[in-house]
Amino acid sequence: MSENSMRTNLGRVRGLGSAKEGVHHWWMQRLTAIALVPLILWFVASLAGLAGAGHTETVEWLGSPLVAIAMILMVVATLYHAALGVQVVIEDYVHHEGLKFFWLIAVKFIFLIFGMAAVFSLLKLAL
Amino acid sequence: MAEFTLPANSKVKIGNTHKAPDSAKRVRAFKIYRYDPDKGDNPRLDTFEIDLDECGPMVLDALIKIKNEVDTTVTFRRSCREGICGSCSMNIDGTNTLACLKPIDEVKGTVNVYPLPHMDVIKDLVPDLTMAYAQLTSIEPWLKSESPPPPDQERLQSIEDREKLDGMWECVLCFSCSTACPSYWWNSERYLGPAVLLQAYRWIADSRDEYTGERLDDLEDPFRLYRCHTIMNCTKTCPKGLNPAKAIAEIKKLLVMRQ
Ligand code: SF4
Ligand code: FES
Repeated sequence: MSENSMRTNLGRVRGLGSAKEGVHHWWMQRLTAIALVPLILWFVASLAGLAGAGHTETVEWLGSPLVAIAMILMVVATLYHAALGVQVVIEDYVHHEGLKFFWLIAVKFIFLIFGMAAVFSLLKLAL
Repeated sequence: MAEFTLPANSKVKIGNTHKAPDSAKRVRAFKIYRYDPDKGDNPRLDTFEIDLDECGPMVLDALIKIKNEVDTTVTFRRSCREGICGSCSMNIDGTNTLACLKPIDEVKGTVNVYPLPHMDVIKDLVPDLTMAYAQLTSIEPWLKSESPPPPDQERLQSIEDREKLDGMWECVLCFSCSTACPSYWWNSERYLGPAVLLQAYRWIADSRDEYTGERLDDLEDPFRLYRCHTIMNCTKTCPKGLNPAKAIAEIKKLLVMRQ
């Protein structure tokens, strides 16, 4: 908003009104965080169990249905949680409207591409 | 982007020193931020040595003594000198608080006194709170109801419902909390800040108010409400011992509950 706008202060504060949005983002950030607690624990424990295992063994492990399902859940929850988090960082610190718009969209695409690639690779090993 | 360097004219210079009289026994130095935008000079830090034997116990007492006896141009807001009007909020010894409630004894060594952080300074210790007040107006901090009050009495409220307002009606709107919040520093044009959100919840939680839903609608916004990242500086600094962070958490909870 231009500095020497003659708008009243209340008019400036009201601005374009409330976006009526944000609950879903906040709630998903919490849900993914909770989901990630058991998933990450399981993942770290499994990695420790795989210590010293060779390529074939690891691929075999990743290929078993339950492991594949848990891995996909973990990757999706992690990337979803990360995308929500990075969005907050951008909203906090990028004050240039154009740049903010660009990055908010770019982040969604980047994480979507990461997610798709990860899920595809996991499925390829499992199917 | 966020600014990490100070804008021109913000570098604080060393100012004048006013020595205590030789007869003084219990001397304490007060370093006070001075800025006069009309002069165009950089801000400076003036040192005032005060004899604590000749001064009241609170930081505000020292400021008043300095203004009365040493330098009449030292500018600050104050009125009630008992923590009720909320005027004398400033940053003392690195913490936002009310000067009239802050005992000098609680500060070790030199007492550093600055205006509330990250606000435009009108003069010395007086910050520009115009936008913060406009934000307060925007949440319509008054009882709103369609039902007319009973003709022969006031609007009734149960004792339990009245108790829900405890910890909120005591707020003196000093804005110590909002100006201690990094999220408010970065985004005060759009984030309402803890002081105003506490007031918003004060009306959301009032059993006599009939606009709870509309009030929640107006707050549901990534910036107005959700810039709160539970940093907790607000609750830590509140000179009245209130908990704005909890009020914000309650608003977030209600927004989930009504989904
Ligand atoms: S909640 Fe406390 S710090 Fe914040 S404005 Fe009210 S009294 Fe001041
Ligand atoms: S002078 Fe009123 S709160 Fe300090």
